[in-house]
Amino acid sequence: MDTNQTKIMGKQSLKFANPPYILAASSIAGKKEGEGPLGQLFDVVEQDPLVGKQTWEEAESEFMRKAAVKALEKAGLQNSDIRYLVGGDLLGQLIATSFGVAELEIPMLGIFGACSTMGEGMAIGSILVDGGFADKVMAVTSSHFAGAEKQFRFPLDYGNQRPYSASWTVTGSGAVILANSNTQGENMNASIVVAGTTIGKIVDYGIKDSMNMGAAMAPAAYETIKQNFEDFGIDPSYYDKIITGDLGYVGQKILIDMLKEKNYDISSNHMDCGIEIFNQEDQDTHAGGSGCGCSAITFGAYICKQLREGAWKRVLFVPTGALLSQVSFNEGNTIPCIAHAVMVERR
Amino acid sequence: MADQKKESISKVVQEQDKQKRNEAYSQYVKENTPKFSVLKNMLKAFLIGGIICTIGQAFIMLYTSMGADKETAKLYNTVTLVFLSILLTSLGIYQKLAKFGGAGTLVPITGFANSVVAPAVEYKKEGQVFGIGCKIFTIAGPVILYGIFTSWVLGLIYYILKQVGVVS
Repeated sequence: MDTNQTKIMGKQSLKFANPPYILAASSIAGKKEGEGPLGQLFDVVEQDPLVGKQTWEEAESEFMRKAAVKALEKAGLQNSDIRYLVGGDLLGQLIATSFGVAELEIPMLGIFGACSTMGEGMAIGSILVDGGFADKVMAVTSSHFAGAEKQFRFPLDYGNQRPYSASWTVTGSGAVILANSNTQGENMNASIVVAGTTIGKIVDYGIKDSMNMGAAMAPAAYETIKQNFEDFGIDPSYYDKIITGDLGYVGQKILIDMLKEKNYDISSNHMDCGIEIFNQEDQDTHAGGSGCGCSAITFGAYICKQLREGAWKRVLFVPTGALLSQVSFNEGNTIPCIAHAVMVERR
Repeated sequence: MADQKKESISKVVQEQDKQKRNEAYSQYVKENTPKFSVLKNMLKAFLIGGIICTIGQAFIMLYTSMGADKETAKLYNTVTLVFLSILLTSLGIYQKLAKFGGAGTLVPITGFANSVVAPAVEYKKEGQVFGIGCKIFTIAGPVILYGIFTSWVLGLIYYILKQVGVVS
């Protein structure tokens, strides 16, 4: 009982007693993502958006399957070595995940956190590993531009203008393998661990515009990051980078402004995956990248690399999710949002 | 201006009443979200829309010169423009035009054709009935429904006015 008590930090956070190691993190990216600033860093860049499949949904599943297989390969593991798979995606009823991971035959927990899924998956996976309920857990998620457009916006060929505040859903999938020991995998020589986590609450500041997700999600990121600072008694300087998932340009500014009001200045060490993944001017992506895949592939390709190489020692990885549905939007509801923070450290 | 913005976000962060907080936040977001320049967009729409209409006019003149009477030439022109729009939509070009031209591509009949064909292409994979059949009018549906309804209402008004002798 005592050992469990010590893991609980403040109101919403956990500090792991035996921080789970990140053995490997994979990144399978689409063509446009491959042409972006992080293009060289992805494990695989798929040129065909359908990856040889018939539909966008099947294609997204294939991206996810490839991400899972790639992570296993990088970690030097078999699918049977993984105790649980924690995964989800943006499509209705998580069909990309269900079809994507079926053949791996790993016991699975399906989760929905929209674009915050990778944060949620890593948090749950770390809890399972630290708690001794699993030796190895895989967190996986994906998104696909065409599938997301079809489900949430318009058919691809429909002629319309995207507002500047709109984001571009990333086509890609990433998987992370968490384990209780660090004897194998791509990060074997670096010891990258999940030190703690702050689970976010639903935050809704009344934004209804689904073409301005950054503004809708920024308060969620603000509340979770602020809570992380308070629960651990730290300030922004504790981290080399505070990395949000897909706030984009609009959301980033709001987040920095809001935290400044609470005397937390993150303007020098904040980074947003949605901003990093595309070149705004050349790639015409407006507010930046978004989607579950955005933070997932940026984590696997870029964040892990920076930690492995020692450029960063401590990062707060905060994927943000907008939990709206087509129905809630049509019925005039606001956009409930969430952000989960994962403390990733090089030890 | 800078001070005003700062005040606005500080109000959002300090406000305890959720309703008031959300209102302040909405206002703040409105001020801080980049928008298209309306004038620039209107000019572009005028240009592209004008070009489409000029092409239409050229077709009407072409068909007239080929011996069609004015009404028939107009009809042929409509069919031609719709065909061209469908072709460009299928080739993924119309969407690029619309990105630049906005309402200039939306308002002419070509925009209507685009809004019917785009879902047809997208939902083909969900089958002839549940895919194309059910979803082909997801975008154009409201236009068709309210278009017909409005015509019906106007027809009724016209009929009544005619009966009372206001119009002949």
